Amino acid sequence: MYPVYRFLFELQEISLLIWRSFVNLRRRPRYPGEVLRQMDLIGVGSLPIVLLTGFFTGGVLVLQTFPTLEYYSIQSEAGRSVATSLIRELGPVLTALMVSGRIGSAISAELGSMVVSQQIDAMRAFGTNPIRKLVAPRIIALIFMLPLLTIAADIFGLIGGGVVASLIYNQETHVFIASVRNGISTSDLVGGMIKPFFFGLIIGAVSCHKGLSTTGGTVGVGRSTTNAVVIASIWVIIFDFFLSKALHFVLDMGPI
Amino acid sequence: MLSESDEQGTVFDEEEPGKYLEDAVDEPSRVRPAIEFRDVHLSFDDVTILNGISFSVRKGETKIILGRSGGGKSTIIRLVLGLLKPDSGTILIDGEDITYYNEEQMMGVRQKIGMVFQEGALFDSLSVFENVAYRLIERGVAYEEVEPEVRRMLRFVDLEDAIDKMPDELSGGMRRRVGIARALIGDPQIVLFDEPTAGLDPPTARTICELAIKLRDLQDVSSIFVTHEMNNLRYLSSEYATVDDEGKVIFEKEGEKLCLINTEVMMIRDGQINFSGTDEKLEHTDDPYIRTFIYGK
Ligand SMILES: Nc1ncnc2c1ncn2[C@@H]1O[C@H](COP(=O)(O)OP(=O)(O)OP(=O)(O)O)[C@@H](O)[C@H]1O
Ligand SMILES: [Mg+2]
Repeated sequence: MYPVYRFLFELQEISLLIWRSFVNLRRRPRYPGEVLRQMDLIGVGSLPIVLLTGFFTGGVLVLQTFPTLEYYSIQSEAGRSVATSLIRELGPVLTALMVSGRIGSAISAELGSMVVSQQIDAMRAFGTNPIRKLVAPRIIALIFMLPLLTIAADIFGLIGGGVVASLIYNQETHVFIASVRNGISTSDLVGGMIKPFFFGLIIGAVSCHKGLSTTGGTVGVGRSTTNAVVIASIWVIIFDFFLSKALHFVLDMGPI
Repeated sequence: MLSESDEQGTVFDEEEPGKYLEDAVDEPSRVRPAIEFRDVHLSFDDVTILNGISFSVRKGETKIILGRSGGGKSTIIRLVLGLLKPDSGTILIDGEDITYYNEEQMMGVRQKIGMVFQEGALFDSLSVFENVAYRLIERGVAYEEVEPEVRRMLRFVDLEDAIDKMPDELSGGMRRRVGIARALIGDPQIVLFDEPTAGLDPPTARTICELAIKLRDLQDVSSIFVTHEMNNLRYLSSEYATVDDEGKVIFEKEGEKLCLINTEVMMIRDGQINFSGTDEKLEHTDDPYIRTFIYGK
């Protein structure tokens, strides 16, 4: 019974945190500077690793599927197969996982250290609401930057796929591009953009919650950092399944 | 709810001349304590930390809190700020019952309180300037007004040179002084000092006590001053600040003609107040526990 109780408690706390940070958006003072700073840190800062991830994922997809497609003599569809899996699944999920590793850990470590060194208390004592000043800007920045990072990862994934197809399997570039354009539907694009919104929310809320609920000094900071990354990643993957199912239903997506 | 100026307004609008003085003495904002605890209880898990604490700090009064390490002194201060909530009892700030205030309501109350944290608790990603200016910047004060004010506060604690440093470049004592400057900016009407002189050299400790005396006597600030140092206790309870003919602040010792009544000592033992009164009363007490506490044996 105990783990179930704990799980429900944490879920309640995280939901409350999300609720409070959105309610606080309507109140003053707001911190636009802080939001921009976080966007820079999260968006621009994560760009290199996200691009690399996207590029090589696209590359390896082509590398692995091309022989199979060739066996059935439909190698001209390589672009389509990469595009669909990248844009629907791998782009959003891998980007979210990379960002949760890089940003989720940073957020919970930063907030956790502030808790154990009483800086959060000091902030409250001087009349600042930490949710408004620290949590809301981070969640907002993640919600807005993750879709953009996902687009970047998707584009680089397609480039990676194209490069592998032409360099290793000697496919002509225009064949690949034509197949990509045939393969992508509007609902793929929409679905692929909706997911990262939710993933950004999950990463932001989980890591802020873990950071702010840190207890037990320096060891505690380490623990909440690990927990933040693990829990955010697992939730991203679990949520992805249900989100895909829901999007299939809502956007009426066909099979690949 | 009446604001302070409204209440004063009614006092001054009084038509009968004789009535005026009487009312001034009973002026609500003066009689109403700045801080009041009524039978406050608090436990962490199963350990009782505060077991029925009642006291009040009047306007312009300094309350010195003594007590064993781990006795709950910092806890009292955190309760005043609403960083913790009591299990039972009532806490009033300026007559306002804050016991069940939520975070948003507390923000308004905290605007009038300055706090010196025992561990410093400086914002370590902000420079000394930004730390001290924090409260003014949060209030949206223009930069041109913030800068001279920050310099003035840092000059108070003798740290003007460190204005561009980061907290991790400072020594422990310097950090504590930055904490004091940060607490006093924006002229809070209530200041909470949690062991502000621990680990400082005697002259600096003396400066900080003088600062507290000035706030008390010249600016009518109410404060709680937690300390273990008997020197601090002696300074705070036997000296007062006045302004001499040339407009300079001077410190004088209380004597025959004047006995300080705006400083009281309170001692916490086992979650209860086991002494409360002036320093003279403290010195002449027969309680062996208090005597070992003051004289160390
Ligand atoms: N968050 C907490 N959880 C559990 N126990 C706590 C917590 N905060 C304080 N305590 C306990 O409450 C007691 C009082 O702590 P407090 O910090 O008020 O002591 P203090 O009088 O300020 O001591 P010192 O003079 O050493 O600063 C201590 O025994 C401490 O262990
Ligand atoms: Mg303490």
